[in-house]
Amino acid sequence: MSASASGPVLEARGLRYALGPRSILDDISLRVRPGDCIALLGANGAGKSTLLKILLGLLRPQAGEVLLDGAPLSGLGRREVARQLAYVPQSHTPSFPFTVTQIVGQGRLPFTGLGRAPGADDWRAVNQALADMHIEHLAGRVYTELSGGERQRVLIARALAQQARLILLDEPITGLDYGHQRRLLDHLQRLAERGYGILATTHRPEHALESANRALVLHQGRLLADGAPRAVIDAGLIDQLYQVKVRQIEVLPHRFFVPS
Amino acid sequence: MNDLSTPASLRADCRQPSRADFRTRWFWGGALLLLGTTILSLALGRYAVPLAELLQFLGAWLGSGDFPHERYALLHSLVVEVRLPRVLAAILVGAGLSVSGAAYQAVFRNPLVSPGLLGVLSGCAFGAALGMVLGLGGAWIPLLGGVTGLLAVAVGVGIAGLFRNSSILILVLGGIVSNALFNALLSVVKYLADPLDQLPSIVYWMLGSLSAVDSAVLAWTAPLLALAILAMCLLGRAIDALSLSDEEALSLGVPVRRLRYGIIALATLISALTVSIAGMVGWVGLLIPHLARLLVDPANARLVPMSACLGGLFLLVADDLARTLTRGEIPLGILTELLGAIAFVLVLNRVRRGWL
Repeated sequence: MSASASGPVLEARGLRYALGPRSILDDISLRVRPGDCIALLGANGAGKSTLLKILLGLLRPQAGEVLLDGAPLSGLGRREVARQLAYVPQSHTPSFPFTVTQIVGQGRLPFTGLGRAPGADDWRAVNQALADMHIEHLAGRVYTELSGGERQRVLIARALAQQARLILLDEPITGLDYGHQRRLLDHLQRLAERGYGILATTHRPEHALESANRALVLHQGRLLADGAPRAVIDAGLIDQLYQVKVRQIEVLPHRFFVPS
Repeated sequence: MNDLSTPASLRADCRQPSRADFRTRWFWGGALLLLGTTILSLALGRYAVPLAELLQFLGAWLGSGDFPHERYALLHSLVVEVRLPRVLAAILVGAGLSVSGAAYQAVFRNPLVSPGLLGVLSGCAFGAALGMVLGLGGAWIPLLGGVTGLLAVAVGVGIAGLFRNSSILILVLGGIVSNALFNALLSVVKYLADPLDQLPSIVYWMLGSLSAVDSAVLAWTAPLLALAILAMCLLGRAIDALSLSDEEALSLGVPVRRLRYGIIALATLISALTVSIAGMVGWVGLLIPHLARLLVDPANARLVPMSACLGGLFLLVADDLARTLTRGEIPLGILTELLGAIAFVLVLNRVRRGWL
């Protein structure tokens, strides 16, 4: 599949959200297209999670709208949205020891609904998703016994089983060890190359530089920058976002930040 | 049955052991055991019926085979009129409490939740006690108990609704308030009750028993209860979806709020019906789903039917003990709590997979 613009587009126009007098998001507009691998950066409390929830249709903005392929999200049915737009939460510990196959199988809920048992098509999609994330060997394992990195891959596999072309991830690499972080970022990059639209929130500017093809920067509820990671992320931005003075080191094509 | 097991043709693809097949065998094994115990329970009692004669009689009663006429009348009144309603009631109450326990545990995403969480049992106790103090007759007491049980849950959910926040925690807090409120009302009724006559019968009722199963009550509660249990068994996949976080469930297209309140309503109805049949029977709703989890995986399409089966079996055996151990009757609730406390420690000890 080419990484060109075929497939659904998620678009936010002029989003505003406030809790009482406190403004959380102000005038946010953005697009997620197939082939995008977007890193959403911002300090704690910048509004990343709120933005993610609004983009998923879980929260209603006080102004502005979210469009999925040109149609307002609020007017679409939940299952309809779920077939185009998937959500990968931070890896968590559920209360019940479901198996990996059962967790990934939940990705078929938008197709089967609650009443129908999954059929051959559904199992094909589940197995394909397991294969895509290279976790076939985990299929029969109990999810609650997996490591954080494995859990995160299972949750992404569930999003793939959902066959949604747009995937929004909430801090997918937080809590993972170095190796799992690297491999997960590679996975996300490859998915984008295959034509998925990926948007992931992150706390690490380096990851945006290494693996994203676009960076969105959220600062105090406003969209500070939207563009190629190398054009957007530099020592000045890091000072502005995190109030940390760093020195920038270029080893082309890489860019590092060290304490100054 | 809906389930998430892999069909045979595709199992090789994802190299999953054929565990699901193996595990449904537990259900059929349990069902057979339940049937056997049912027949045995019909034979047990102060007037024991030899098993061979009982089987012969059951055959004749169901319309095949002959049976001596004079014995038939005796056995009919003993087995069909006295023991069968009680045995059926034990199975239904046990299955109902277990099923609603399993559902509550999924809804609240917590394996330590029991069906009383939102106040249904306190509400039922208050209503039944009130009925006794007001001197209402037979069938009115369970009816009033059932209605106040539903009312208590409505109060709990309503209090949670005041906060315009659908979080599980707020719902739990609403349940705590409702439990406290109806316990206080129950205390008021107890305080006002005649200490020589009414108070003992309230206390006795709260211990739970099947000795006074009213066949008039059973006639309308039993079919309703059986239907509700069956419905819950068929809702396994929907119940699974509720153990996801709200954000996940919504983003998978699940109408999570409606589903949650629907399952709560059904589970509450089941608990209220069990209380109107047997009074307060503790521990079953918490213990049995755990026991079932040791045998089948947590997919509710299998867990709920397995819980129903085990719960029916457990309460049937407990009730057999209650009516045969001593010359008098041991209140069923006392037995289930004794057995339950011991069994729960064993279960906790054996739970390997995860949540502790």
